[in-house]
Amino acid sequence: MTGSNVVLEVKDLVTHFPTRTGVVKAVDGVSFKIERGKTLCVVGESGSGKSVTARSILQIVDTPGRIVSGSMMLHRPNGSSVDLATLNPRGPEIRAVRGAEIAMIFQEPMSSLSPVHTVGDQIMEVLRLHLKMSKADARARTIELLKQVEIPNPDRAIDRYTFEFSGGMRQRVMIAMSLACNPSLLIADEPTTALDVTTQAEILDLIKRLQQRHGMGVMFITHDMGVVAEIADDVLVMYHGKVMEEGPVDRIFHAPQDAYTKMLIGSVLKLERKADIRLKRAPIDEKAPPVVEIKNLVMHFGSGNNLVKAVDDVSLSVRPGETLGIVGESGSGKTTMGRCLMRVYQPTGGQMSYRRADGSVVDLVAADKHKLRECRREIRMIFQDPVGSLNPRMTVAQIIGEPLLVNEIAKGAELDDRVADLMRQVGLEPAWRERYPHAFSGGQRQRIGIARAIALNPRLIVADEATSALDVSLRSQMLDLMMNLQDKLGLSYVFISHDIGVIRYMCDRIAVMYRGKVVETGETEQVCDAPNHAYTKALLSAIPRPDPRARRMGQRHRYVA
Amino acid sequence: MLRFLVTRFLWMVPSLFVISFLAFVLIQLPPGDYVTTYIATLAASNEIVDQNQAADLRQRFGLDQPMIVQYWKWITGILLRGDFGLSFEWQQPVSELIWERMALTLVLTFSTLLATWAIALPVGIYSAVRKYSIGDYIATFFSFLGLAIPSFLLALVLMYLAAVEWGQEVGGLFSEKYQTAPWSWGKVVDLLWHLWIPVIILAVSGTASLIRVMRANMLDELNRAYVTTARAKGLSEFRLLMKYPVRLALNPFISTIAWLLPNLVSGSIIVAIVLSLPTAGPLLLQSLMAQDMYLAGAFILLICALTLIGSLISDILLAIVDPRIRLE
Repeated sequence: MTGSNVVLEVKDLVTHFPTRTGVVKAVDGVSFKIERGKTLCVVGESGSGKSVTARSILQIVDTPGRIVSGSMMLHRPNGSSVDLATLNPRGPEIRAVRGAEIAMIFQEPMSSLSPVHTVGDQIMEVLRLHLKMSKADARARTIELLKQVEIPNPDRAIDRYTFEFSGGMRQRVMIAMSLACNPSLLIADEPTTALDVTTQAEILDLIKRLQQRHGMGVMFITHDMGVVAEIADDVLVMYHGKVMEEGPVDRIFHAPQDAYTKMLIGSVLKLERKADIRLKRAPIDEKAPPVVEIKNLVMHFGSGNNLVKAVDDVSLSVRPGETLGIVGESGSGKTTMGRCLMRVYQPTGGQMSYRRADGSVVDLVAADKHKLRECRREIRMIFQDPVGSLNPRMTVAQIIGEPLLVNEIAKGAELDDRVADLMRQVGLEPAWRERYPHAFSGGQRQRIGIARAIALNPRLIVADEATSALDVSLRSQMLDLMMNLQDKLGLSYVFISHDIGVIRYMCDRIAVMYRGKVVETGETEQVCDAPNHAYTKALLSAIPRPDPRARRMGQRHRYVA
Repeated sequence: MLRFLVTRFLWMVPSLFVISFLAFVLIQLPPGDYVTTYIATLAASNEIVDQNQAADLRQRFGLDQPMIVQYWKWITGILLRGDFGLSFEWQQPVSELIWERMALTLVLTFSTLLATWAIALPVGIYSAVRKYSIGDYIATFFSFLGLAIPSFLLALVLMYLAAVEWGQEVGGLFSEKYQTAPWSWGKVVDLLWHLWIPVIILAVSGTASLIRVMRANMLDELNRAYVTTARAKGLSEFRLLMKYPVRLALNPFISTIAWLLPNLVSGSIIVAIVLSLPTAGPLLLQSLMAQDMYLAGAFILLICALTLIGSLISDILLAIVDPRIRLE
């Protein structure tokens, strides 16, 4: 028999999505238990069915999904139990559970809250609905909740709108809302994925403390193994709607049984150190003149009171064959810096000296149209979003061949050959050339983006968060591909990322950006292991490590500029 | 907010000034003037007007002066004395002619608007929530039908039905008895009794397009993450629909107020003529055809002023309803 501590007991849950091409078994016989005061982390890559499992519990699966079979016993503190799977999804019984006994927070704190209602209105609604509070009582309780989630000036924040808050603050509002009725179970669906690492650390910390205070069970869905190691008591590994392995966090990380779990942990641990290809490679010639030398680059947006110094006096250089990593949180100016390098933006000031193959030096800031056009063939870009950066109405061959065509380098049969060759280089089957981007998976789409970037034999590639949208298991593959191409084609990379693991795996040197300024540059090992600047220290300490024996959220530094 | 309002008001002054001038020029552009039209009408009934008489008339109406002088007299008359000039054709001050018609037009338009919204919004919401259900298909069928039927045709059919089948008096907004009578309780009842046919006709096409717009707006909102959040809070389906997606789907309608007001004057002219309604539209058309320039000018000025006021009102309302919009 189950102990009295179990809050929710899910058995053989099956959720299907009937589609035109057949039934998608999003959740296929999943069983687990969540105990009071404990955290169960559900991990898996995109499409593993972890989110649908969570939504099935509250019966809020998007149409046309529906629960086919299984039971979900909710054990109440008074000893009674109810099977949530048998309740009518629109009936009053399940509605009384939602938000009151089981609360949920979502990934996107911006879109998960209504933009036209005040924060207070949306929290008070739960209180008035479930606890039948009066307006005044609900308001007082809401202010108290906002105080609990550490929102400054709660009595004024209550009347403000979501767009007046930052991402982290919005997620705090979501948490306050979910805690309103003291639920016995909190379901958190990737609540920190859209946030910066330092903000993520604070939110995780907050959830942990609130869990201890209220003694609730937490079901935490994530794809980030670092987060799992940091907060989980138990782990459920999902793949294609099935549970691959379940167990205490220490066992999952240090003695995984299942092959998929081993692969998942392996690919995470791989990103914890430098790539083998890089360790074996001969050191880069330090005396070689740099491909690009950026001096005092300044990029301002707006004017007067609205002046934003997106890039503020940045100086960097990239040597031939080298990968320079640029790391920073959102708003640090790293993407703007990359776009200035392509001269997508016209920099406000400074110099960007680009050394061409023949040895002549061009200042990209001042270059005229003709010069710029020539240089842009040699400086290419890889984008973050492999979906948005490929035209859905062009075939793969057209996408990859486009730079060759518009620069009048190849056409006809020669173009076809070049495209087939490029596809082979990035590990795509040339036979797929007539397919459209939607027919490819995320990893394959990013390969298409890479093939397009190397089509013109460039010398420098700016990769802006090139692997952030990919699952962990694909990430190291993509980085290995990029490094192979680098060695073969003699490329230099400027690799922009917020993910220090990816940076450490692949980059030779790192520049850390904070509020438009470079606060620290140096060799990868030196910056990662012995950082000098206080901000770098704070940033590194906020990154959860994928080892439950080395939890360190507690010893985090905070950086206050 | 206050600064925004003041600047907007100040901008309206030069806009109106320019518009009034343009309107005046436009009315003068067609060859000839009211006297030419007048002589042509007389000639049609075999009366001959000689050149001297025509010149006399022109002088009396001030049509012999240069355009800029005429404009100056007209605009100063409006600004200083609220005098919109004299209608040549009706031989009455323009202001007397316009206001009663405007009041009736207002009654008609707002009844139509209420009917349209009362039908279209619920049907549109239903259609979106139960997408691809039988009810949605029926609503879609009828809204396309409503869009496709020309309103003057519908007017003719309804008039036929009302007059022949149900023996109701049709055309106009009043019975003969009340036509010229002063306002009384009886006249109001009579007005309501006549109002339903034009309201139905005018509402049909408006309702049809509004259903489609509301359905599309709702479909955009229904899949938003905040709807799922609201559901996860335990709200009932109806309450969460009304509070979140419907509220957001209504926003685009507020901006339609901007063109609703000018439509008071210029909208639905054909239906008004077919039903011989004493509204503003037919009078505007007639004044343009007769080159009755002060009457036409007053109407066009009114349309423009209403457009400006309408967009100001919808901007203010949008800012009140949607906190994301800041007026600065």
